[in-house]
Amino acid sequence: MPLAFIVWAFAIVIVYVFLARLWWFPPPINQHGIIYDQHFLSTLLVTGVIFFLAQLALGYVIVRYRDRGQRAVYSHGNNKLEVLWTSAAAVLFIGAVLASTRVYAGVHLGRPPENALRVEVLGKQFAWSFRYPGPDGKFGRTDIKLINDAGGNPFGLDDTDPAARDDIVTSALRVPVGTPVRLTLKSRDVIHNFFVRELRLKQDLVPGMEIPLVFQADKTGVYEIPCSELCGLGHHQMRSTLEVLTAEEFRRWEQAQVEQLRQLQQP
Amino acid sequence: MSSPVTHHAVHAAPKGFLRRYIFSTDHKVIGKQYYLLALFSVFVGMLLSVLMRYHMIYPDAKVSWFEKLWPTGAAGGIMTPELYLSLMTMHGTIMVFFVLTTAPQSGFGNYFLPLQIGAEDMAFPVINMLSFWTTFAALVVLLAAFFVPGGAPLSGWTAYPPLSAVGEIAGPGQGTGQTLWILSIALFCAASLMGAINFIATTIDLRAKGMTLMRMPLTCWAWFVTAILSLLGFAVLLAAGILLLLDRTAGTSFFLPAGLVVNDQILNHKGGSPLLWQHLFWFFGHPEVYIAILPGMGLTSTVLSVFARKPIFGYRAMVYAILAIGFLGFLVWGHHMFVSGMNPYTGIAFSVLTMAIGVPSAIKTFNWIGTLWGARIRFTTPMLFALGFVSLFVTGGISGIFLGQPALDLYLHDTYFVVGHFHMIMGVAAIFGIFAGTYYWFPKMYGRMMNETLGKIHFYLTFIGVYAIFTPMHFVGVAGNPRRYPNFKEFEFLGELLPVHTFMTHAAFFTAAAQLIFLFNFFWSMKKGAKAPVNPWEATTLEWTVPSPPPHDNFGGRLPEVYRGAYEYSVPGAEKDYLMQNEPAVAVKE
Repeated sequence: MPLAFIVWAFAIVIVYVFLARLWWFPPPINQHGIIYDQHFLSTLLVTGVIFFLAQLALGYVIVRYRDRGQRAVYSHGNNKLEVLWTSAAAVLFIGAVLASTRVYAGVHLGRPPENALRVEVLGKQFAWSFRYPGPDGKFGRTDIKLINDAGGNPFGLDDTDPAARDDIVTSALRVPVGTPVRLTLKSRDVIHNFFVRELRLKQDLVPGMEIPLVFQADKTGVYEIPCSELCGLGHHQMRSTLEVLTAEEFRRWEQAQVEQLRQLQQP
Repeated sequence: MSSPVTHHAVHAAPKGFLRRYIFSTDHKVIGKQYYLLALFSVFVGMLLSVLMRYHMIYPDAKVSWFEKLWPTGAAGGIMTPELYLSLMTMHGTIMVFFVLTTAPQSGFGNYFLPLQIGAEDMAFPVINMLSFWTTFAALVVLLAAFFVPGGAPLSGWTAYPPLSAVGEIAGPGQGTGQTLWILSIALFCAASLMGAINFIATTIDLRAKGMTLMRMPLTCWAWFVTAILSLLGFAVLLAAGILLLLDRTAGTSFFLPAGLVVNDQILNHKGGSPLLWQHLFWFFGHPEVYIAILPGMGLTSTVLSVFARKPIFGYRAMVYAILAIGFLGFLVWGHHMFVSGMNPYTGIAFSVLTMAIGVPSAIKTFNWIGTLWGARIRFTTPMLFALGFVSLFVTGGISGIFLGQPALDLYLHDTYFVVGHFHMIMGVAAIFGIFAGTYYWFPKMYGRMMNETLGKIHFYLTFIGVYAIFTPMHFVGVAGNPRRYPNFKEFEFLGELLPVHTFMTHAAFFTAAAQLIFLFNFFWSMKKGAKAPVNPWEATTLEWTVPSPPPHDNFGGRLPEVYRGAYEYSVPGAEKDYLMQNEPAVAVKE
């Protein structure tokens, strides 16, 4: 008997916390994030109703059919009911996943726009590095033998390649607002994971693979990037930020980087 | 085979202590050995989880005995992040393999499968003994990882390469500790394969006269299908483990690509794929979830029917649901890999199959409610745990509908939402199944009743406790909290979630403490409990027709004959409200 009330109490508390959004997503900063939230909410609505009704029913039978000296019904089941709830569950579950395919396809199956800003993302134990192609628009040659983290060359840029000499390497990801960005995710040691909550995007960085990820941030601000795939003892410290700048701010920042590189490379 | 009254001397009762209790071939002794191994393991695993929860909210706390246990991992009494990660790895490994796989299948299955189908023992008693002692060796090898230089591995129970494949340059514990981990898992796989063929052969060949497949208790169906999953799953994990070992020790490159620079060292590997491990691992790993939960589902069905005093609702549908889960369980492994970098089209295929497996799970839930509808419920401790199982199974299953969609997984993957989900369903729901089994079968195993009052207190505290621990994990998961973080100091958004973690940690302390009530009840009842009658719960299956505990050959040389299904309760016109499976004369037909 008390069990029924505990089950109901938990059901009510859980439904309340989700409805009141006591702990929730940060507001989205891209179109995909808005669609994601809509789909999350519709899934939450459907599953929330099933969850609540199921716990309600469980509590109900516990109270209603406790031993009060009655005789239990002798029944082996009901085929019509079996067919009914099997089909209902099938339609509901498969329906949910088909509805979500649109959200998923929008991220992974579309073609990146021609004008997208290209950035390489490199994960290593336990830091993020980002590489921009620089004014020539080309990523230069790299060689793992030239990797020198302390000397600011985590990618192993080969200075003998002119295309590499103007590549900008940073430890934070800076992008202009309202512009499509095409990331290429790479890792040089173990698996890491690139995650920006506000973009509703998450993707592993796998050694030996180059994995594309396209997004467009529509709101300026600074957003945290936590590594989200266990990568070793410093996993919880592997932090960077996504800084979404205005177009003007981004242009000035990029200009400053180019200028700085030029000065460094003066003989 | 004209008469069931034939004498089968499978093996005579052994004499000396060693042959009787240590190297026994009696399925009942082996079943208890497995159960006690799991009981030891679950307390070790729980202790590790409490330490982890403590470290998460007090990462800088100085505790002197930490240093005594882990002189390097907790130098000065302050736990390091790498020690946290090794506790996490060991917690997961111990719980998944040595508790959730061991207790419900190898423990209860070994003890009760022969009794429930009317056999004198398992089909291969010596292999059965070998299987247990191999599992024991696996546990010893795993725990040894704590005591080698570098300590236990920190790559999690999933051991993803390259982290798990490149040795100690990837972190402490990735040297000898990780090698021991792989050896332990390989031994465990070998033991599970031996167990699996034994269960399959026993179910097919040793059923008593009249025990048709469709008269078997649902527990037997669950053990049977679980054994098939074990056979197919552990074989693949064993192969994957050997390949990983070769990558570590023989310089092969199954899982390691070219161009690796780990800890400033250039590694000489080429041609391998880290994703290959994930495919092989989860080809085992997803069926493993069902290996852990199917026996609990079978037992919950039985216990609900016994204490509802009603036949199970939709027996055939339940059998088909178990078979469907077993089959589909092998087709959904990719849902663990939605963000792994595999082809996105594959993700969509896996997600449809994943949702399909939700259907038989839903059927089971509906049938459990159907069984309770119109019942006359006796609220014994095993019944409370079975009801708790249903509630947790619903809660844990619902969050699966979120995670099974690759679109939603784009955010939720590897957050605490996942941790909450799998702990709810394969963790505590399965544990509730084990508790239900313990309270239900203890009288048969040890000949004494467990204390009901203590049992009920244990149930209520645990039920409230596990909801308090694992529900908030979903909330912080929605807020984006990544899993496998030893502390939350480096990120602004994680700092805001700390109060929730503090709450969960206290709930974990509370729940862990409540388990001492169980431990006391278990060992106290073994010595001091009230003597158990043959059939204390007025149940219908064959184990309740023999003395508690049963004699060495189970049925005293007279194998039973079975006349009806396992769930004949409240049959109209019958004298009692239950009909034993081996009772010949009845007033009504099936």
